[in-house]
Amino acid sequence: MPFNMKEAAKKTDRLTGGHRMCAGCGAPPVVRQILRAIKPEDHAIIGAATGCLEVSTFLYPFTAWTDSFIHNAFENSAVTIAGAESAYKFMKKTGKLNGDTKLIAFGGDGGTYDIGLQALSGAMERGHDMVYVCYDNGAYMNTGTQRSSATPKFADSTTSPAGSVIPGKMQWRKDLTEIIANHNVPYAAQTAMITKNMKDLYNKAETAIYTEGPAFINVLAPCPRGWQYSTPDLMEINELAVDSCFWPLYEVINGIHVVNYIPKVKVPVRDFLIRQGRFKHLFKKGNEWMIDEIQKEVDARWEKLLKLAEFGAEKLAKTEA
Amino acid sequence: MAIRERMSGNEAFAVAMKQINPAVVAAFPITPSTEVPQYFSTYVADGLVDTEFVAVESEHSAMSACIGAQAAGGRAMTATSANGLALMWECLYIAAASRLPVVLACVNRTLSGPLNIHNDHSDSMGARDSGWIQLYSENNQEAYDNMLMAHRIGEHKTVNLPVMVCQDGFITSHAIENIDLLEDDKVKAFVGDYEPEFYLLNRNTPIAIGPLDHFTHCFEHKRQQAQAMMNAKEIILQVSKEFEAITGRKYELFEEYIAEGAEGAEVCVVLLNSTAGTAKYVAAQYAAQGKKVAIIKPRVFRPFPVDEMAAALSKYKVVAIMDKADSFNAAGGPLFTDVTSAMYASKVFDPKVINYIYGLGGRDVRTTDIAKVFDEVLEVVNTGEVKSVYNYLGVRE
Amino acid sequence: MSREKKVFPTLTNDVNWHDITEGGMIPWAGNAQMYETGSWRSMIPVWNKEKCKNCLMCFYVCPDSSIYKTDEPRMDGIDFDHCKGCGVCVKCCKFGALDFVEEQK
Repeated sequence: MPFNMKEAAKKTDRLTGGHRMCAGCGAPPVVRQILRAIKPEDHAIIGAATGCLEVSTFLYPFTAWTDSFIHNAFENSAVTIAGAESAYKFMKKTGKLNGDTKLIAFGGDGGTYDIGLQALSGAMERGHDMVYVCYDNGAYMNTGTQRSSATPKFADSTTSPAGSVIPGKMQWRKDLTEIIANHNVPYAAQTAMITKNMKDLYNKAETAIYTEGPAFINVLAPCPRGWQYSTPDLMEINELAVDSCFWPLYEVINGIHVVNYIPKVKVPVRDFLIRQGRFKHLFKKGNEWMIDEIQKEVDARWEKLLKLAEFGAEKLAKTEA
Repeated sequence: MAIRERMSGNEAFAVAMKQINPAVVAAFPITPSTEVPQYFSTYVADGLVDTEFVAVESEHSAMSACIGAQAAGGRAMTATSANGLALMWECLYIAAASRLPVVLACVNRTLSGPLNIHNDHSDSMGARDSGWIQLYSENNQEAYDNMLMAHRIGEHKTVNLPVMVCQDGFITSHAIENIDLLEDDKVKAFVGDYEPEFYLLNRNTPIAIGPLDHFTHCFEHKRQQAQAMMNAKEIILQVSKEFEAITGRKYELFEEYIAEGAEGAEVCVVLLNSTAGTAKYVAAQYAAQGKKVAIIKPRVFRPFPVDEMAAALSKYKVVAIMDKADSFNAAGGPLFTDVTSAMYASKVFDPKVINYIYGLGGRDVRTTDIAKVFDEVLEVVNTGEVKSVYNYLGVRE
Repeated sequence: MSREKKVFPTLTNDVNWHDITEGGMIPWAGNAQMYETGSWRSMIPVWNKEKCKNCLMCFYVCPDSSIYKTDEPRMDGIDFDHCKGCGVCVKCCKFGALDFVEEQK
C-alpha cells in the first residue's frame, strides 16, 4: 500500500525506544520507517552486522526489535539472513511453517561496502528472497569514525585525517547502489528520509520487501558525531544531501533506472558541506579547489544517472511497445 | 539388515547427510572435502533430499549461512578442510557460543602455509578451542557412523553445541572401502526431527540471538558453554550405546586396542584417525613376535575424556603420543598436550611420556615408521630413559 | 510507542550462570522498552498542544520511538522515559508546536 502519512503511522513500531543509539542518530528513524512497510500480519527476521545499529539495539539482555533478530559477525549479515531464508524455504516446502516471514538484513557502510561486500554480493547473486539495507553513515562510526569506501572524498576521518599534507580521504566514494544493481537483482534503490518526500523511503522499503527475490536498499543515515553537525539538524542535513544531488533518490527496477526525485532547485554541494565539521578544512583559504572538485564529481555522477534513467526509459518503451 | 556397500569416505559422509536430510547445506569446495558438497548437489538435483543447497561464495559465508539457518530452526550442515575451516574460524566460535548444533564434516588437510592439499590434523586441531565437539574417524565406516550420531549428540538439550566429524583427507576420504549403511527409515528414526525450543522463525515467540554481551554477563555465558561441553561426554556415551543397539557397532570415547598376544603390554601408543589403523596392524604383527604394544585411538577429542584417558593410561610404563599436527609451542603436539595434562591432573605420574610429530603435509606414514616408534618405546621400558620428549618422526634429518 | 509499555521478565546484573539465558539468546522481543534512556537528556522538547496540527512528522523522525500517538492517529505527547532530547522533532515541526529548552532537573 503506497505511503500515507496517517495510515502508516497507525502501525506499531517494530523498533522500540530504549536502545542505545546516540541522541539524534540518523539510523533509527530510517530503520523504523523501513520496518513500518512490513504488513502487520507478516513476521520478520531481522539481521544486522556488527556496528552501531546492532550493538545499540541488542545489548544483553535488552533487544529493541519486536521481531526475531540475529547478529552473527561484522561481514556476514547478508549471508546469515540468506541462511535463515534457506531454512525458511525448507520449512515452508516441508509444511512445517505457516504464514509469511520477511527476511531483512541491515549493515552499515562498513559492514556492507567493505568487509561485508563479498557476502552481500554472493547473497544477491544467488537470488535469495530477502532485502539488504545498507544504512550509510559514511565511515566506520561504531569504532570511532574510521574511513570506509563510502566516506566522501576530502572528509576528515580518524584514519584519513585532514592533516597538513593530506587533506582527508583522497578517494571518491564507491557507488555501491550501482554495483548491486549490476548483480541483476529485481530491485535496488537509493533513498533517504526527507520531510518533503516521506513517501520515497517507505514505498521503496515496501517494494523491496514485497518483491520476490533479492532486493537492496542504500539509505543515507547521517551521524551527528562523525559528520559533526548540530544534532537537531538531522532532517535538514538529509535534505541538503538529496537536494545537492550528492545522494540522488533513484531505483533500478529489473535493470531499468528510474530517478524518483529531481530537485526543483539544485543546491550547490557547498551548502551541504559547510554544515559538517568533517569538511571544515575545505573552507580554509586556498582549499576552494576541493569544493570545486566535489561539485564536479557530484554533477558528473548526477548527469550519468540521468542518462541511465533516459536509457532505461527508452528500453522500457521498446519492450512495452 | 544393514546395506552392504563400498564407497569412499567422502561419499560416506555425503550419504549420511542425504539420509539426515537437513534443512540447509551451505558449502564451498576445498580439496579434499570437495566431493562431499558435489555428491550432495547431485542428491539435490535428483530430488532425493528436501535440503536447500546454498552454493556460498566462501567458507566464512558457509558457516555464517549455517548459523542463520540453524538459528532460524533448521538443521544446517557443511563440509570443509584446512583453509576453509580456517576461514570460518570466527564463525566456529560464534556457532558454539550461540549454542547452535550445526554439524560439519571436516576432511582433515594441512593448513597453509605452505600450500599443501594432503592430510594432517592441523586444521581441526587449530579449531580445538572453538567450543565444537570433535569426533575423529579412523575409516569410512566410522566417518559414516559418527556423522549419523552427530545431531543426536549436539542437539541434546543439555548440550546444544556444534559437532565436527573428522576423517583423514585422501587417505580415507578418497579410498574406497566396504561399509555397512543403515536403512533410510532407521536413520530417520534414530536421528529424529530437530525441535528447538527457541528459533527465529517462531512467530509466537520472536527471539534475538547474538547480543553485545558486556562483562556483566559474558562470563556467565561462557561458564554455561563450558558446562555444555562437560555434559557432552555423557550424552556421547548414551547416544553411542543407542547406536550400538541398532547397528551392533560399539563406540566409546576412545578405542583401546590390545592385539591377541599383547595382553599385559607395558607400553601404549596414542594416535588419531587412519594412522591408528596402520598402528593396530603393526601392533598385531609385533604381538605375534611377543613384543607387546597397546594402541589407544581417541574418538572424542572435544570434550577431552580426562578421567577415562588417565585411568586407561595409568597401567602403562611408557606412553607415546603421536601427533599429526604441531602446535609449534616448542614442547609437543596438541594430542600430547591434552593427554599428558589429563594424566598429570589425574595424578597419573608414573608413565614416561614421549611425543612424535609425524606425517605433516601428508608425509606418508608406513608400517616401518610405526615399527620405529614401537621399537623406541619398548627400549624406553628397558633403559627407563626418554632421550627426547618432543620428536619429529619420518623427516629427513 | 504506546503509553502502555509491555512488561517482560528481567535479568539483573547479578544473575548467575544457571539462570542466565542460553547462549545470550533473549526470548523477550522488544524488552528494551524497559530500559530507560530519558536520563541521557540535557535538553527537553516541550509540546504545545494548541499549535500542533497532528501532522505526525515528529513521530516519524524520532530516533527513539518516543512520540506517543492515539489510535486515530493523533500526536499524544512525548515518552520522557526514552526521549534523549536530540531536538530532531523540534527542528522538524513546521508549526512551532515543539519548544526546545534546557531541562530543569
